[in-house]
Amino acid sequence: MLISAYFASLSPLALFRALPGSIAQGLIWGLLALGVYITYKLLDFADLSVDGSFATGGAVAVMLIRSDMNPWVSLIFAFAAGMLAGMVTGLLHTKLGIPPILAGILTQIALYSINLNIMGQSNQAISVDKYSLAVSLRYVSGDTAAKIKVFTTCILFGVVIVAILYWYFGTEQGHAIRATGCNPQMARAQGINTSFCKVLALMISNGLVGLSGALYAQYQGAADVNMGRGAIVIGLAAVIIGDVLFGKLCAGKKLAFAYTLFSVIVGAIIYYLVLSIILWLKFPSDDLKLFSAIVVAIFLAIPYLKNKKKATRGL
Amino acid sequence: MSEMLKIENIRKVFNPGTINEKVALDGVNLTLEEGEFVTVIGGNGAGKSTTLNAVAGVWPVDSGKIYIGGEDVTKLSEHRRAQYLGRVFQDPMTGTATTMSIEENMAIAARRGKSRGLRWGITKAEREKYRQMLSTLHLGLEDRLTSKVGLLSGGQRQAITLLMASIQKPKLLLLDEHTAALDPKTAAKVLEISDQIISENHLTAMMVTHNMKDAIAHGNRLIMMHEGKVILNIAGEDKKKLTVGDLLHQFEKVSGEEFASDKALLS
Repeated sequence: MLISAYFASLSPLALFRALPGSIAQGLIWGLLALGVYITYKLLDFADLSVDGSFATGGAVAVMLIRSDMNPWVSLIFAFAAGMLAGMVTGLLHTKLGIPPILAGILTQIALYSINLNIMGQSNQAISVDKYSLAVSLRYVSGDTAAKIKVFTTCILFGVVIVAILYWYFGTEQGHAIRATGCNPQMARAQGINTSFCKVLALMISNGLVGLSGALYAQYQGAADVNMGRGAIVIGLAAVIIGDVLFGKLCAGKKLAFAYTLFSVIVGAIIYYLVLSIILWLKFPSDDLKLFSAIVVAIFLAIPYLKNKKKATRGL
Repeated sequence: MSEMLKIENIRKVFNPGTINEKVALDGVNLTLEEGEFVTVIGGNGAGKSTTLNAVAGVWPVDSGKIYIGGEDVTKLSEHRRAQYLGRVFQDPMTGTATTMSIEENMAIAARRGKSRGLRWGITKAEREKYRQMLSTLHLGLEDRLTSKVGLLSGGQRQAITLLMASIQKPKLLLLDEHTAALDPKTAAKVLEISDQIISENHLTAMMVTHNMKDAIAHGNRLIMMHEGKVILNIAGEDKKKLTVGDLLHQFEKVSGEEFASDKALLS
């Protein structure tokens, strides 16, 4: 009786209506996920500053837009602010010898105060009626033209940034960063300044996170000091979902690295789609973070458990 | 002939002031002329690898001076010194970036000592050059330029690391027991490649080994270390006539102890 009532209360139409929003959010958070990919996968550095730098990007963009800066131009400043945050984490680690996770946490905590100072209070709104924002929730639920505009913008950001990253990590400097992440001892023996490379990669990563935060703040029409809470988990989820689902597909292809980067964005979209399904199933929204943590834990565990199974079979 | 390496009275103490205090280098002096290929032997903890690490700048020495090609590098960081050095390590995992392809690893090595900017990390002309260099190894690697190094065997990796060490001609090649982790057949092949690369490029080299036979058969000079000091130095004709028995005898005479390493005796 109860179950049938529950199912009767679920409206497929409501789910269908929620999908565009989820995809748009996934595309925006995909940029953060690309940043996380750079540190977590390429640099082998679990960087927790992103929770702070995501909000910093949002705060910087919103405050600049409120003081009548063009919303598009504000994105550049959000990127730069993110880079600064990444630099702090990098210097804490390379110059002061603080372990990666701790360095990230210190920056994250410091940014909480800095973000409050940027905004002057815990949140600041920008109305889409007053400013011509790059992306907005309103466009997603608006007419077809507005929908097309918001999705073209989001997809364009994804494509352009993947293209830039693909180029950059094929350059001499990009090679140096990849070598630093893969084998720092080898990198130093080949004359690579591994400290410099770490700082540089953290800056690029957090720059992307700041940009993502700025877009997300415009999307939801406000920046909030807590908007980055758990961002690292969402970023990791996207990276890992992309890897688990598409890792094998990407490997060995001619543009393998570009495919891998796209799979990270797709991972973020999948994450938000699953999330919207869960909300649609009327799970309490208070439990979303718990759910996120469980999803990430499962996807992190899959490769490990698979290897373990293989290893024991080998014996 | 010019001095390629000059080590002046270097000292290094690990964990000073603790119960684990260890005098690793106790006044090491060594001069290598251009073109010299010295093999370094000694028991465990004699300071062989430590000397190589001191030259490479893995950590700063406590006192003493190190000159490479006449330049004082004592205060230079590891990555700055790398422009003068080619290095191959004991663990085949250490010398290469496993998640990167063979050509990318070689391209990184080709830029040792140069500034790394926003030019492409590898050019077409380079690719051809690497293919040719790899073909001289006769390991079939010339057709696998884009393979990830992680897929290769230990011997193949050491061979590639040797090539990488010589793409940019180094003033000094440091081989740190680079065959110790390989099976005997592969070790022999890698040693052969080492000899080939050293003679073709007229390199000055230091090779640490546990194997007395290898130490005698390779290079044109041999030094033995014990308790952080160089205790024996044999070069020229004397080295050519050297036998394992001589070395053991010499060791006992100089150090007053029996040679500690079973591995060295058995091999």
